[in-house]
Amino acid sequence: MAELTRKGLGGFLARQGILVAFALFMIAFAVANPRFIDIDNIAGVIRSSAILGVMALGVTFVVIGGNLDLSVGSMMSFSTIVVLDLHDKLGPTMAIPAMFAMTMALGAFIGFLVGYLRLNSLIVTLGMLSAIHGLTLTYSGGKNMDIADKQGTWFGIFGQGNIAGIPVPILIFALLAVVLSIVLSRTPFGRKVYAVGGNGTAATFSGIPRARIVFMTYLMSSFCVATAGLMQASRSLGSQNTVGQGLELEVLAAVILGGASLLGGSGTVFKTVIGVLILGFIQNGLLLMGLAFYAQFVVTWIIIILAVWLDIAAKRGRLWSPIA
Amino acid sequence: MTKESRANIIKQGAIWAFIVVELIFFSVAGEFLSVSDKAFMDFDNMLLLLKQSAPIGIIALGMTVVMINGNIDLSVGATFALAAIVLLDSMTWPFMQGLGDWAIPLAWGLALLTGAVLGAINGLIVWKTGVDAFIVTLGSMLGYRGLVFMYNGEQPTSHLNWTLVDFAEAQFLGLHTATWFLLGVALLLWLLMTRTVHGRNAYAIGNNREAAVNAGIRVGPHFLWNFVLIGFLAALSAVVFYSESGSVNPNDGMLYELWAITAVVLGGTKLTGGYGSIVSTLGGVIAIQLLRKGLGHIGADTETVNLVIGLILIAVLFLDRQLNRKGKEELKI
Amino acid sequence: MTDATPALRLEGIVKTFPGVRALDGVSFTVMPGEVHALMGENGAGKSTLMKVLGGIHQPDEGTIYIAEQPVVMTSPIEAKAKGVVFIHQELSLADELSVAENIFLGELPRKGFGRVDWQKLYDETDAILKTLNVGFNARTRVGDLSIANQQMVEIARALTVDPRAVIFDEPTASLTDAEKVVLFEVIEDLQSRGVGVIYISHRMEEIFKITDRISVLRDGQYRGTLNTADTSEDEITQLMIGRKLDLSRNESHHEMGDVALEVRNLSCGDLFRDVSFSVRRGEVVGFYGLVGAGRTEIAETIFGLREPTGGQILLNGEEVRIQSPADAIRRGISLVPEDRKGQGLVLGMNCRDNMTLPQVDDLTAGPFVAEGSEVAIFDQYRDKLDIRTPGWRQLVGNLSGGNQQKIVIGKWLSMHPEVLIVDEPTRGIDVGSKSEIHNLIRSLAAQGYAVIVISSEMPEVLHVSDRIVAMFSGRVMREFTSEEVTEDSLIQAISGITGDKVA
Repeated sequence: MAELTRKGLGGFLARQGILVAFALFMIAFAVANPRFIDIDNIAGVIRSSAILGVMALGVTFVVIGGNLDLSVGSMMSFSTIVVLDLHDKLGPTMAIPAMFAMTMALGAFIGFLVGYLRLNSLIVTLGMLSAIHGLTLTYSGGKNMDIADKQGTWFGIFGQGNIAGIPVPILIFALLAVVLSIVLSRTPFGRKVYAVGGNGTAATFSGIPRARIVFMTYLMSSFCVATAGLMQASRSLGSQNTVGQGLELEVLAAVILGGASLLGGSGTVFKTVIGVLILGFIQNGLLLMGLAFYAQFVVTWIIIILAVWLDIAAKRGRLWSPIA
Repeated sequence: MTKESRANIIKQGAIWAFIVVELIFFSVAGEFLSVSDKAFMDFDNMLLLLKQSAPIGIIALGMTVVMINGNIDLSVGATFALAAIVLLDSMTWPFMQGLGDWAIPLAWGLALLTGAVLGAINGLIVWKTGVDAFIVTLGSMLGYRGLVFMYNGEQPTSHLNWTLVDFAEAQFLGLHTATWFLLGVALLLWLLMTRTVHGRNAYAIGNNREAAVNAGIRVGPHFLWNFVLIGFLAALSAVVFYSESGSVNPNDGMLYELWAITAVVLGGTKLTGGYGSIVSTLGGVIAIQLLRKGLGHIGADTETVNLVIGLILIAVLFLDRQLNRKGKEELKI
Repeated sequence: MTDATPALRLEGIVKTFPGVRALDGVSFTVMPGEVHALMGENGAGKSTLMKVLGGIHQPDEGTIYIAEQPVVMTSPIEAKAKGVVFIHQELSLADELSVAENIFLGELPRKGFGRVDWQKLYDETDAILKTLNVGFNARTRVGDLSIANQQMVEIARALTVDPRAVIFDEPTASLTDAEKVVLFEVIEDLQSRGVGVIYISHRMEEIFKITDRISVLRDGQYRGTLNTADTSEDEITQLMIGRKLDLSRNESHHEMGDVALEVRNLSCGDLFRDVSFSVRRGEVVGFYGLVGAGRTEIAETIFGLREPTGGQILLNGEEVRIQSPADAIRRGISLVPEDRKGQGLVLGMNCRDNMTLPQVDDLTAGPFVAEGSEVAIFDQYRDKLDIRTPGWRQLVGNLSGGNQQKIVIGKWLSMHPEVLIVDEPTRGIDVGSKSEIHNLIRSLAAQGYAVIVISSEMPEVLHVSDRIVAMFSGRVMREFTSEEVTEDSLIQAISGITGDKVA
């Protein structure tokens, strides 16, 4: 057991382990409760995972580029509060672009600090987590934000609407996932993100503007966060200041579960989507089994550790670590 | 004295200089802006400040050890909450009720044991699987929080024991119980990190792991014990805090890991390990609490505290980088 | 050699890794008080042998004897306890800790309650430092010491036990001449204590200066031991590479074009000053000098990675300001960097993507990367440079050093540069690939490229260059044409001896 070969079953599991685990989960839950694979249930899970998923798409770029983003949760609270506030002040048509501009300005600031000033991304985004939280509270005065006329606005479409029978949040998530997947895998920009995350020095020696690429990954992340904030605000038409609190770590969990290395240079949008769905379906499956929502925390914990462990075990060819 | 060692002294002193600046600023600004007519540098105010620093402070001190060792622990907030629940709930168990006040040390012991065990789980996983501590504790942050909820659902867990409250509110030589715990932990950890073989080896491992391995230092057990230590301290922090408050919500302790790490980084400990000091972390803890109180004192919204602390953290990082720059001829990578 | 019992004896050591027989029956003997050189090309098995001796690897077959007692060493600690100490090439010190803590790393003296016995620690350290005659004390932070002094700390660490054998791996790589003298004194001192010293180095002049005997490895096999006093560089080289090294000068001459790159009085802080030279199309200019002479830094400055503090760079006669590597690439300058794995390649990326990385912006169809054109470029340079890989999907990290280097060269050739700078093109590459790369460099010049080759290996510089620029301590000491250069004058120039320097 101590030796895992790269070929054969071990190698396959190492490469596609997350898909296999996903399939096993679905089968097990489906056997336990047939309602699990009911189409409405599946649509419901994807819909409720969409906000987390949209944020995870952006963070995937940041992580592949070799950095971390712990600020997305509090940044999402910020977007949600801002767009709700501006909705009543400017009207929805102006509120949305204004909110995107403000959120992406925050993303640009982080991108400037990490990309151009080369500051440690963990600490910068930790600081920004706190700073943006403070900004949100200052903005709202600590009060909950609500749209005054909840009936008389079309703003709810992003969170509650349906187009051709498909919930809009699912459409947004799917559309962004496809577009960003193409950006990452098929465009020169995507290639450069991998290069910068894989070996930033070698990328620089190949003429790639590392600072600009890192900056762009944070800008994209903040765009995704703004989209998620829009979906959140639209879904509830009112919000607390702390709506996104703690999401940064769940997002990171989904990205890691998808197999992106925190060292950068590896991961794909598709795998992140799988990571997001696994988290969503575990939560749903456990609920259907009659367990409380918090049971998913424990299961997620075990799955994350196992996923990352097996991944590195396959790479080093040994199950147990060589640490003495 | 070499240029480098002078730079080291400046680094070590920076956090205390910052505290002095804060004191002066808030005292002066308070004269003009203060919403209360009490002076900022009031003695009781300062004592209260130390007491309020204790819960995060005790965790931050443990975090310093783990970070010097080259790891990080994101699960301390959840450990804190679980230990608190064990503390309060165990005192309601039938056989504990029969023990009278003897239930208190037993409940304390159970809570501390819980923390140590949770820490040991993290440590063992890091050691045996070789998965990065950031990911391991990110996972257990979720998992331990799940255990917190499983214990008592979404209901708060409460139990007030007046003997315990009296103990927690007691003052000895003017300092509150919590303050004594904070200072005691700081002293013990300072001795651990500067005087003992375990502490010096922890520095060596964080500084150059390969060299430590080649010199025969067993990295795994050091990881394990330091995780046990921080788990224990997270529980101790809970014990000190909840002995007085008597009620714990399942969401308590959230974001404590981030506050603790902020205090440690403000104190100058390196994220990559191998460098840092317990005393400076104590400075970082006090600086944050001072900022919190100071901003309140001059009438700023308490909300701005988060904003200011976040920006200060980034500014510290920026200054540290500027100080370490070699100048124009540096390679532009 | 005062004693007839060998300090260390290896007999028939075999070590295999999956697919490689790294050591194939190596036997040799080190006597007490002897300095025994171990030589061989990169990849000949020296470092594996040292890891076996240092307890990091266990041999599959064969026996190690210390004072004629067979020993098994399963860890560096055990090796050290048995008296075999390894002075690493990459220093393995904890630079935030004190000298004393580093010397006794892993074995700090204890007193009750797990406390460190500082008094004992400092006393013992001071005693050792005294014998080494160094200018720092036990409490100094290691990070504050020079590289040479850090090496002294490593040596002091060896002296905490009573060593039988001390192994030095390329100890002079980053030392100044004055520091080398100190090191050699320490080695002499070890010798006089009856310690057997194993000295690994590529530098012939050092080998002849300080060693008593020389053992040579090639392809994991022991090739023989020579008495230093009775041998010559030629004989050693022949043993090392299995044939007479082609030390020939570059004698192919072809048409040269205009000056492609000219540098006038270029300076960059303390790194180099007032450097002037020019390169014509069709010409190879070699830069020769010791590590730290400023050669790599000049290349990095021309490539836009450093800001010059003075002087001019002219391309085709026009002065240019090069802001960034992207800028340099746009102007037709390419740099094959010194550190292949750290600077040249993204190891986790496949061969094709690595090769086309600098031009990925131009290889597009609409907004997408044109993968077909990428594969075409990869195929073209795979054939041209004879890169051996199962296919473009192979991760670069899985290739051999020589093939990796060819990927980097292919990457830059596919940019069709006017000026190609190659920094240490054959470091860590096997002999076969080495001569292929030399031939390639010559043929590039013949095709009209202006080429700069930076190398620390004299045969390489002599072999490929039309002109040689000798550097010492950030300055150009002298320029030679391939006709006038002699080994002696070259060595003098790079050692800072001005001699008959032409002003």
